[in-house]
Amino acid sequence: MFEKIFFLLCLSTALAEQLCRPEASDGYRVRLSIKTALGDEAYVWNDNEMFLFRATLAFAMRNQISGQEFEVSNIIVCDETPRVSFWFVVTSPQNTSQLVDKESVEEAVRKSRNRINSAFLLTDKTLEFIGIPPTLAAPVNPDTPPWLIVFGLVMGAVGAGIIVLLASSVVQKKRKNDEKPDDEEIDEETRVKTVENSAASEGIYNRSFSDDERFTHM
Amino acid sequence: MTTDNEVTDGEAGGAEQKEGTERPKWDNKVQYLLTCIGFAVGLGNVWRFPYLCQIYGGGAFLIPYVIALVFEGLPLLYMELAIGQRLRMGSVGVWNSISPYLGGLGVASMMVSFLVGLFYNMILAWVLWYFFHSFQSPLPWRDCPLNLNHTGYLTECEKSSPVNYFWYRKTLNITPDIETSGPLQWWLVLCLATAWCLVYICFIRGIETIGKAIYITATFPYLVLTIFLVRALTLSGATDGLVYLFTPNWETLKNPKVWLDAATQIFFSLSLAFGGLIAFSSYNPQKNNCERDALIVGCVNSLTSIYASIPIFAILGFKANENYNDCRNWNILKLTNAFNIGDENITLENYDDWLNHLNTTDPSEVESLSLKTCNLQTFLDQSASGTGLAFIVFTEAVIRMPGSQVWAVLFFVMLFSLGLSSMFGNLEGVLTPLLDLHMVPPWIPKEIFTGLICLTSFTVALIFTLGSGNYWLEIFNSYVGSMPLLIIAFFEIISVAYIYGINRFNDDIEWMTGRRPNIYWQATWRFISPFMLLVVFVAYVVIEAEKRPTYNAWNPDYVNFPLADVLHYPEWVFAICVLLSVLPVVSIPLVALYRFIGLLKKYIMNRHNPNPYANEFCNGDL
Repeated sequence: MFEKIFFLLCLSTALAEQLCRPEASDGYRVRLSIKTALGDEAYVWNDNEMFLFRATLAFAMRNQISGQEFEVSNIIVCDETPRVSFWFVVTSPQNTSQLVDKESVEEAVRKSRNRINSAFLLTDKTLEFIGIPPTLAAPVNPDTPPWLIVFGLVMGAVGAGIIVLLASSVVQKKRKNDEKPDDEEIDEETRVKTVENSAASEGIYNRSFSDDERFTHM
Repeated sequence: MTTDNEVTDGEAGGAEQKEGTERPKWDNKVQYLLTCIGFAVGLGNVWRFPYLCQIYGGGAFLIPYVIALVFEGLPLLYMELAIGQRLRMGSVGVWNSISPYLGGLGVASMMVSFLVGLFYNMILAWVLWYFFHSFQSPLPWRDCPLNLNHTGYLTECEKSSPVNYFWYRKTLNITPDIETSGPLQWWLVLCLATAWCLVYICFIRGIETIGKAIYITATFPYLVLTIFLVRALTLSGATDGLVYLFTPNWETLKNPKVWLDAATQIFFSLSLAFGGLIAFSSYNPQKNNCERDALIVGCVNSLTSIYASIPIFAILGFKANENYNDCRNWNILKLTNAFNIGDENITLENYDDWLNHLNTTDPSEVESLSLKTCNLQTFLDQSASGTGLAFIVFTEAVIRMPGSQVWAVLFFVMLFSLGLSSMFGNLEGVLTPLLDLHMVPPWIPKEIFTGLICLTSFTVALIFTLGSGNYWLEIFNSYVGSMPLLIIAFFEIISVAYIYGINRFNDDIEWMTGRRPNIYWQATWRFISPFMLLVVFVAYVVIEAEKRPTYNAWNPDYVNFPLADVLHYPEWVFAICVLLSVLPVVSIPLVALYRFIGLLKKYIMNRHNPNPYANEFCNGDL
């Protein structure tokens, strides 16, 4: 009796090992970089953590393929290394010797990637599924680009400044024009006296003796 | 003794009294000095001098630089400030006064100032674009944008780098070659308009408003450089950069190109031959010690260059260090993944030991990984000058510093202030001659006239906002901002020393400063500076002429992308280059010829009709 159970166990593990091997067609390699992500708060990778991984992956498969009840035993892991990297394959709950195809596994992982990451306190970069590139976060596109806002502020300030300066020079000119008629009345008398003098100092060139060949050419 | 000047002074005085306004003047000496310093200290001090120091053997470059300053820079500077102050006019008026045949010099200066102002403000527009984008988190040049189906990054960005992509694609949207013009880039037009509005608001009433603005724009860069200096020295790898910069390599002094570059750098750095310095000093009272001013401006300019290179190189050393660590960490990750060693077991410290161990146990596997060779020296050697330094290298360094937004904002505001104060000089070199020649109808107020200048410049500068705008800017920079200035400066010093007369000039200076210039100034004005300028000019022409002009194009479809695609200029573009070099200086012989023909005409007319009452002075053609 015990021999039969023992034989079945060996058979199942052997089968499992056969199903899961590195470079299996329907499997993926997983690589974790716990120390890089968490530094001093890094946890040690042990069998319990591995159990959590298998459970999370079963959860992801259940979300992807509704109706099928994936169990922890459906996720088979092999080729563990000290890097913390290992290979896994997923077997179908209905038929444990048949593997779920690659595309479904990829879809499942993609969909639940965030949940898997947060279960281990890791990110897309530190929990890698080799062959499943992470969907990059879409950039946040605000309605008005921020640079236009800064541009608007600067232009507004400069425009206001220009208008103020132009207005102040117009006001200054008006004031000068208003003051001028007062000055002119005061200066009128003195002006009359100096008119003759200024005429002499400006040195108006007297043209009567210059080139008037038209009249004197003989 | 100085009859020409007295007559012109009288005319100028009479003209001013007719206008009812006297010549504007500086509020105080500090304003004048700060404006001259601001004009001289520009973008070149920050992004050209450190580059030259780096490629020409660090500390050793200071020797040709100081020699060029002493024998070429200071004499020319003193001469320009002195004639502007004595003759109290802009460049066109000054050269007209010295001799009517030299009026072309002033016109040439004015044209060069205008052309340089066009492309210089475009650079400021680019600085503004980066400034506007520095208020985002994360900075937009940190990450590559995603491709259409969000599975990866855009190929152009992946092959080059996010900073390169942001500069060439997002900012310039550059075309693959100069013949493809592309449309006007609306975002660059907006930035250019902002730049010109900012220039206008400072320039609106000439030196009245410039004098107020200069207190900020001339002093702010020093503040930022000090902040950067303090920050940069605390970054890791800063000492590597500084050691690399200042370690002198005396071998480079044997290369004549070093001496040529030192001479041209000092010349362009002091902004000589633009006419701006003449314009600024023309607003001074005549009894002012311009010798001390020249020494102050010249020395402050050179000291600023040296002071600016310290934080720049500390930051470049930091960046090289970061790149080096990234390179080694990439290798470490490759090894860790390939040999399934626990992560963080291989560190930067024990990397070599691990590599040796793995090489001995499994060399073929290590071979297959094709690890990179990481050499700190290679990263330090990646030098850049000009826009490459500011918009590619420095922006990459900034994203790695904590608090990137603050550093980016500070850096770009500093660049903008440096450029703005230089723009004042360029525009004054255009405005003052036009005002002095009374080419402005008196009913146009000064504010409208300065606005017209800014508007015209903005419209013409729209060519730099095209897809191929960067290529055109490089052309303007190389062909307008170099050779014409050397020619103008050479004619300037020859005119003052030999046509105006060095003795007359000495007397003027004695009258202005109370001291006759000593033997150093005499020797440099008469022989040394003209000789050096001639040698520099000939060497420059020879070196430029022997290579067929090429330019670096950014072509994503190029086979060796991201390396630059080196293309030759097409014939019509090369013709424009030659035109740009020749156009400003052609006015020198043209005006001389024009006056000579006028003189001939008068002589011939007088021969035919001798008029005993006519003489030159009354026909007032001065």
